[in-house]
Order: sequence, then C-alpha cells, then structure tokens
Amino acid sequence: MKFLAKYLNKIDHHFEKGGKYEKWNPLFETLSTFAFTPKLVTNKGSHIRDGVDLKRTMMTVIIALIPCLLFGIYNTGHWQLVAELGDRNIDFWSNGYDKFVSGLFVVLPLIVVSYGVGLSIEFLFGFLRGHSLHEGFLVSGMLIPLIMPADVPLWMVGLATAFAVIIGKEIFGGTGMNILNVALTARAFLFFAYPTSMSGDKVWMAGPESNIDGFTGSTALGDLASFMSDKPVFENIDIYTNNYSLLDSFFGIIPGSVGETSTFAILIGALILLFTGVGSLRIMLSFFIGGYIMGLILNLFGGNDFLNLPAHFHLVIGGFAFGAVFMATDPVTAAQTETGKLFYGFFGGLLSILIRVLNPAYPEGVFLAILFMNVMAPIIDHYVIQANIKRRLKRLNTI
Amino acid sequence: MSEEKIKSEREPLFSKKNKKLVTDPLTDNNPVTIQVLGICSALAITVQVEQGVVMGVAVLFVMILGNLFISLMRNLIPSRIRIIVQLVVVAALVIIVNEVLKAFLPDVSEKLSVFVGLIITNCIIMGRFEAFAMANKPWPSILDAIGNALGYAGLLIIVSVFRELFGSGTLYGYPIFGDYIKGDGLYSLGYVNNNLMILPPMALIIVGVIIWVQRSRNKDLIENN
Repeated sequence: MKFLAKYLNKIDHHFEKGGKYEKWNPLFETLSTFAFTPKLVTNKGSHIRDGVDLKRTMMTVIIALIPCLLFGIYNTGHWQLVAELGDRNIDFWSNGYDKFVSGLFVVLPLIVVSYGVGLSIEFLFGFLRGHSLHEGFLVSGMLIPLIMPADVPLWMVGLATAFAVIIGKEIFGGTGMNILNVALTARAFLFFAYPTSMSGDKVWMAGPESNIDGFTGSTALGDLASFMSDKPVFENIDIYTNNYSLLDSFFGIIPGSVGETSTFAILIGALILLFTGVGSLRIMLSFFIGGYIMGLILNLFGGNDFLNLPAHFHLVIGGFAFGAVFMATDPVTAAQTETGKLFYGFFGGLLSILIRVLNPAYPEGVFLAILFMNVMAPIIDHYVIQANIKRRLKRLNTI
Repeated sequence: MSEEKIKSEREPLFSKKNKKLVTDPLTDNNPVTIQVLGICSALAITVQVEQGVVMGVAVLFVMILGNLFISLMRNLIPSRIRIIVQLVVVAALVIIVNEVLKAFLPDVSEKLSVFVGLIITNCIIMGRFEAFAMANKPWPSILDAIGNALGYAGLLIIVSVFRELFGSGTLYGYPIFGDYIKGDGLYSLGYVNNNLMILPPMALIIVGVIIWVQRSRNKDLIENN
C-alpha cells in the first residue's frame, strides 16, 4: 500500500491546475481517493473531524446488504432447481453448494451490469462536469440487482440503470440532489416499460420454463392478487397459508426478486444500519406500523380472501421489508425532519399495502408508494417546519 | 452596388426581420421547449408519427389563417372583447379542420379524438394572436404563424419519432425492427418494445431531454433564477 501512496504522490503534481494532465484530474482524483483518504482539509476555523465520510457510509449500507445478497443468491439457485424439476417440495437446504453456484451465475451478471453501466455514466458526467466520481452509485448499484426478478434480461437491467442514473439523478445535479430513489426509479422504469419481464409468473425463476402440469412459477403476491380476479390460484386463504407459511415467508423460502424475499436477512441488515446509525429507526418502524395498520383496516372491510389475509402476512411477503429498511431510509430522498420521518414512513407503509391489495394490476405496491412519498417528502418537511415556527411564535407572543 | 439603389419605402417581402420571424421560433424561441406552451397536446398525440404530422399540419393551418384574420381585424376589435373575438376565429377554423379530418382521414381523426377540438385552447395559438397578430400587419403575422406552427410541429415530430420507434417498433406505420407479433427481425434476438414510451410520462421526459440538450448547446437560454 505504501508503494501505491508514494507513486500517487509522485504523479500528483501532473494533475493539479496547470499540470501536464490537468484535464484528467477527475479520473485521477477518483482513483486515488478510492484507495486513500483525500488530503484536502478545511484550513480555516475549527471543525469536528470524523472518519465517516460519504464513502464510509455507503460501505456500511453495502455491508448491511450482504445477508440479503447471500440469501438471495442461494434462494435464486433453489428456485432454479425447483423450476428444472417442476417440484415445489424439494428440501431447501439440500444440494446447498450447487444451488449457491447456480444462483451466483444468475445474480453476478446482474451486479456486474448494474455497476458497469451505472459507474460508466457517473464517470462520464463527472468528467464532463469536472468533478471526481460521486460515491452515490455504490449503494444504488447493489440495490438494483437485488430488486430485480432473477430472469430479467441483462440488457434491460443496463437500460434501466442508465435511465435511473441519468433521468433519476444526474439531471438533478448528481449525488445528493436527486428527488427520487435511484434504484426504485430503475425498477419503476422496467415495471412500466417491460411489464412482461417484471411481473407475472414466468420471470421469478431463472432457467428453463417448466412444462409440468399444475406448476406455477408465480410469487406469493401474484397468487394473492389472483384472489381479486375471477380465477384465483388457490381456492381460499387457508390453502394459500398452507402453501406459503408465515415462517417460510419470514425466512424467505419463497420465489421473488433476488434480495427481497428473506425478511430475516433484511432484519439483520436493519440491525447493522441501526447500530451504525446510518439508517433511521423512525422511518423503518413507522413504515412497518403503517403497513400493519392498513392490513388491519383491509381486514375490517373483508369481502374477499385477499382482503382477509392476516395483516402480519403483509409485512413478510413481497418487497415490503426490503423497501422499509433499504429504500425508504435513503437519506437523500426521505423526509429530513424527525417528525416528518414519522409521517413519511407511516404513509409509505399505508400506501404500499393499499396499492398492493386494491390494485391487481400492480401486485407489488411498495416501490410505487416509496417513490410517491419521495416526491411528497419536501412538502412534509415544509409543513413540519411551518408548524414548529407557528408553535414557537405562539410561545413568544403569549409572554 | 446596393448603396446606389434607391431604398424602397416598402420593406422587402423577405427582409432580415421577416426571416427572423420564421426562423426564431424554430430554434431559440421554440414555443414548446422555450416558452413551454402547448405541452398537453405534445404529450397526448405523439404516440405515432402520423398523428404528430397531422396535428402539426392542422395547427399550421389554423395558425396561419387565424393570425391573418386577427391581423386584418386588429384595428376593428374593441380591446375589451378581444379574447372572445379571437376565440370565435380560432373555433371556426378548428371546426373546419375537424370536419375535413373526419371526412378524409377518419382513422387519424379517431385517434386524435378530442385533441383536434382542443387546438382551440392551445396556448401557442392564443398566445400568438395576443402577442403578435393584434399588433402587426398581415404579412409579418402570417410569417410569425408559420414559424411558430412549424416549431410546434417539428417538436411533435421529433418526440413522436422516438415514441413510435421505441414504443411500437415502427415509423409512420412501417415496421423498422421486424414484425412484433411474429417475433422476427430484432425481436428474435430478445428485443422488446418499450411500453413506457407509449405512456404520456415518457413524452414529458423526452421533451425534457430535448430542452436539456438545447440549453446545454446554447447557454444564453438558461434562466438565472
């Protein structure tokens, strides 16, 4: 490492203003600060200094995502085997090594494409605007593969990543300026642009399509949404809960997007985020509470089997937990005020379940709800701040 | 040589000033990308190039005649009721366009549906009546109408080319990427039409990207606020 630092110091002057390769400074800065802390320090006044810069924060989120990623790879491999054999009842833990490897062959290309496309675009913009590479994409690049169905074509992932980075982020000014969550923008783009590749019952398992009768590759949510139509997959909700037990759904032994199935792995990530102070407990909790309350309200109405699904089921199926822990807590797009965070999370959860249940065209409502709340976050903050000003004015005027 | 010529009292038909009336709205003063007028129809009818072209021609017709009539009447119209007079003129012209479309292009007319009628409320037309035809002679008014209508039509066509090409895989109805239903050509390689292109939000994004490109090419257009 010392050798590298020495070398970087040696060639440093070429890249400074007036140097030989002045134009390439953004590239140099990016690569050198990736390995070492920048030597740039504020030279006036006193400042609190902390090692936690943007890069360190982003790495913490990546570490929190690792349980989801590992479980997602294994789960993808499992369901690929299920699709090959056409048998839903094979043991989850047998053939572990093979499943992990075949899952890796599916998930790794997704990650490579997502990072490759995203970082090249970020780099291009950094170069054109003359600043070093922003770290913001480190997390988005990992989140995007985790919210994709296993069978999505790679070129679609690349296109969606490009769309999300350019339209979702760069036109607003880059990292920290975006109003929409970048990873969810990518998912929303794919959901509306290529609906057949993003939902339905063909995409959740990689590998060959099974021809065996009576075998469907749909997700728990897809099956549930069919209760809203004339031809439900299951006769009633009891048969559904037999098929996808609460425990299976909690540990994630169900088909779904790569990283979203296991609520257990997500909670491990949530603990890491909370312990390091990167994620906001208020948002996560209020998001879960909002979802649970909406589930209870829908139970009150009843009417059909989907509405009667016990509310706690909603919290463990689909992308609800993943959205609550990793998407809604995005510090850039979430509400900034502490009270605002409560409203933001609560309504996010509420809307997620509302869209999920009442609109059968959108079997998964979490990403739409979070994007909607992203847009609403500044308004929430505005009213929270105004309320605070009013309260304090009142206190001032009475004295 | 030209100095020896006696300067005529009348302005030549295509003087520099008159040329500018046509060319300005095409680029640096485009009614859609710079003044951000007529956005609703630009989002609604740009799914196919054919609709964009027909809409562009319809607006061109309405604007030229409308601007001409308003300009001819400009000294007769009492200013208190000028909006009503303008509305009568544009409504009469739009009804003519609508009937012609229904008679000769029934299927396009069906697709454009209510948006032909809504040309009446197109802000570009009323804007040009108010801002230009009410204060200028007929000939410059016609040129101004041609410029603005072409600027509008040009943008419609650019947007609809993107939307039709990537949304339906065709251009003016001709398949470009191969037959989608049979799945040959590019589709056999796994290419899929982009459904988002058919939805109105994508038209807004494309218009936004055009505005972005235009302003980054010409820095004078960037507002400083």
